[in-house]
Amino acid sequence: MKTLNRTIKGQTKGEWRRRGFLAYCILPSLILYLTFMIYPTLNVFGNSLFHWSGLSPNKRFAGLENFANLMNDRVFWLAFRNTIFLMSVVTVITMALSLFLAFFLTKTRLKERNVYRTLFFFPNVLSFVVIGTLFKNIYAPSTGILNNLLKLFGLDSWCHAWLGESGTVLWAIAAAMIWQAFGYYMVMYIAGMDSIPRDVYEAADIAGASKFRQFFAITVPLTWEIIRVTLVFFIASTLSTSFLVVSVMTNTSQNYSSEVLLSYMYRQAFTNANFGYSMAVAVFIFLFSLFLAIVVNILTGKKEN
Amino acid sequence: MNTAKVKRIIYDNLMRIVMLLISIIVAGPILWAFITSFKTSAEFLRSPWILPAKLQFVNYVNAVQKAHMGQYFINSIAVTFVSLAFLLFLVVPASYALARQRFFGSKMINLLVLAGLFINANYIVVPLFILLKNLNSLDNRLMLCAVYAATAIPFNVYLLSGFMKGISREYEDAANIDGCGPMMILYRIIVPMAKPGLITVSLFGFMTFWNEYMLALTLLTTPGKRTLSVGLKNLMEIQKYATNWGAMFAGLVIVMLPTMIFYASVQKKLTDGITLGGIKG
Repeated sequence: MKTLNRTIKGQTKGEWRRRGFLAYCILPSLILYLTFMIYPTLNVFGNSLFHWSGLSPNKRFAGLENFANLMNDRVFWLAFRNTIFLMSVVTVITMALSLFLAFFLTKTRLKERNVYRTLFFFPNVLSFVVIGTLFKNIYAPSTGILNNLLKLFGLDSWCHAWLGESGTVLWAIAAAMIWQAFGYYMVMYIAGMDSIPRDVYEAADIAGASKFRQFFAITVPLTWEIIRVTLVFFIASTLSTSFLVVSVMTNTSQNYSSEVLLSYMYRQAFTNANFGYSMAVAVFIFLFSLFLAIVVNILTGKKEN
Repeated sequence: MNTAKVKRIIYDNLMRIVMLLISIIVAGPILWAFITSFKTSAEFLRSPWILPAKLQFVNYVNAVQKAHMGQYFINSIAVTFVSLAFLLFLVVPASYALARQRFFGSKMINLLVLAGLFINANYIVVPLFILLKNLNSLDNRLMLCAVYAATAIPFNVYLLSGFMKGISREYEDAANIDGCGPMMILYRIIVPMAKPGLITVSLFGFMTFWNEYMLALTLLTTPGKRTLSVGLKNLMEIQKYATNWGAMFAGLVIVMLPTMIFYASVQKKLTDGITLGGIKG
């Protein structure tokens, strides 16, 4: 069939027509993609080697100086540390929560289980500005519901200015990110768990294995492929969503206690007019996310296809 | 009743309590925002637990008129749909060609698109700003739509070409013998058969473009051109100086409501689409 197909195509006089068609298919996407994705990406790498404000004509080659400065930049390391903190806390808690919920929702006989599934997914369709605005008001020291809830239970001493204190701000941001994300991963894990045959669990029930045991001995290994994929998702999404949540929820002019890598990149470009330096931060982000993706792939065991 | 059954009932109800608690945590903040959007500022400051004495619809009027949320709403709709049209116009033929045709450079292009999956729009927002500045295209909404579509190309081409690979070649061959040109084959045969994939692309595209914040904030500079996301952030900032809390929450609800309606109507398709895109990746 394939060869027949080819000879038919070869015989038609429409070789030029085919080329025209291919150009129509590929060129618009390719041009836009090269202009707005590839070119800016190369731009990041190229301009990280310059001292440049971004808009002025003064542009001076700096070699690796921006990167050397980065190594001695206290705020950069703080942003890096905060990013790693959010990445690990959000990934671990979201993953554990969504795996457990997915497990219970696939195994339970609760009639209303689809309602939970629908409801828990909902925050995922909200924009980060909505989530940021909402949580900023929840955390508000005197008018927010969190502190008022604590007071209601007589836990006045637990009240904080959640976003204003360096000890709580990152946890507060992490909570908003987990609130947004867990439903999404839960739905993904449910899809994976639905494909596990029921009789595997029935056999485990008969053998007297506890639900806890079943979760770790059956569910996790049999959904490992999906867990692996979501780990890569977690890395990429935490890097960029932390940026969005931080920029909406915290004031950019306050201290650096909630600075993350991308917000530092943005600040260096637009507030400090330090374009070359900002691009050095961006290069670091690219390499860092690539590095993490490779590490995740190695640690979770590559499945050969 | 035997013990196994009793155990089962206890277990089920324990589970139910946990799920209800999480439901409260998920739905509570949203309900609170709704209720607060009908309060006066004095009521808001007094306590979060009291209900509004009278529904303050005036908060919505203020948000739409004084805070220009109505204008931003129209901007958001325009930007979202134009971007979506761009995206579909681009990725449908591109995915088809990359999934089905072998041509000079097709492997290279495939690889290039795959690499794009690692490029997040937020990583390149700064050089994009400089690029558009140099092209004299800052503050141009059509250009913002083009950027939106471009940044969505890798994921959607990846998703759609995966989908199109699953369509049997026999259909194309038959159409070819009947004298259909490639254009006809693409739009009369492939597109209808790839409809579930196209729906997924449209749903995700709608959500992404409607909710986008960083690019809209950076690439549009005139206040009148803002989208809802940027407008809401702005409204929140004004809040520090003015004290119309009700209008702020009304603005929040205005941004949230279309998303809620959208979600309510496509919920099933959306969650199916997630597993379609995710697990294949």
